[in-house]
Amino acid sequence: MSRLRHPWAVARGLGSAKEGVAHWWAQRLSAGALLFLVPWFVLTVVSMIGMDHANARAFLAQPLNAILMLAFVLAVAWHARLGLQVVIEDYIHAPWLEIALQLLVKAAYALAALASVVAIGRIAFTA
Amino acid sequence: MATQSRPLSPHLQVYKPQLTSVMSILHRITGVVNAFGFLLVAVWLLALAAGEPAYAAFLACAASLPGQLLLFAFSASLVYHLLNGVRHLFWDAGCGFAIPQVYRSGYTVIVLALLLTGLLWYLGLSVGGAA
Repeated sequence: MSRLRHPWAVARGLGSAKEGVAHWWAQRLSAGALLFLVPWFVLTVVSMIGMDHANARAFLAQPLNAILMLAFVLAVAWHARLGLQVVIEDYIHAPWLEIALQLLVKAAYALAALASVVAIGRIAFTA
Repeated sequence: MATQSRPLSPHLQVYKPQLTSVMSILHRITGVVNAFGFLLVAVWLLALAAGEPAYAAFLACAASLPGQLLLFAFSASLVYHLLNGVRHLFWDAGCGFAIPQVYRSGYTVIVLALLLTGLLWYLGLSVGGAA
């Protein structure tokens, strides 16, 4: 079978969907990062219960906490966007609605990630 | 797309729920829950960055009973999706496909999810001193 494919197509490895395995790999790679970041996040958030504004801000402004929170936010936004894309592909069959939802999810998660980065930056640099 | 009303094959509700199917569906549901939870995390960070009044308003919602239940559910959902995700990574590598193994890993994930959620809350509350 593979002989029927042009060598270029084989070399590019993009397959019939013309996307290759980039989505699949990105999902697994972000999953690997979240394997460590999610337990840290849950532990951190639970330990911050009851902290007032000044203490919470000072705690998150510590370099290690700020870096890990940035990593968590970026990995989870990426992973969530990729996952929601598949869920929409699987269940939404009206083309206009599917395209609208895909664009909405991309925009919402890009904006939420950027907003989180700005918020963490403000907390880290103005504490 | 089918617009005519053709006869359908037996649908989901006629099947007895199995551990495998229920855990698979739960993986999707917790994934979507986690995705929405992230948006609340962004709101939390924005409120913390915005200043004292905004954070006080956020804490008033978060400290309410629904808010506390939501945080607990979100954490449990994250932990379940994480552990079942590890199960998926093993499957991606071609491991653990025999039916007895699938059930064993399934029960393991459920037990570990309960234990890890409890452990993280126990440790978090002890460290934070909010208990």
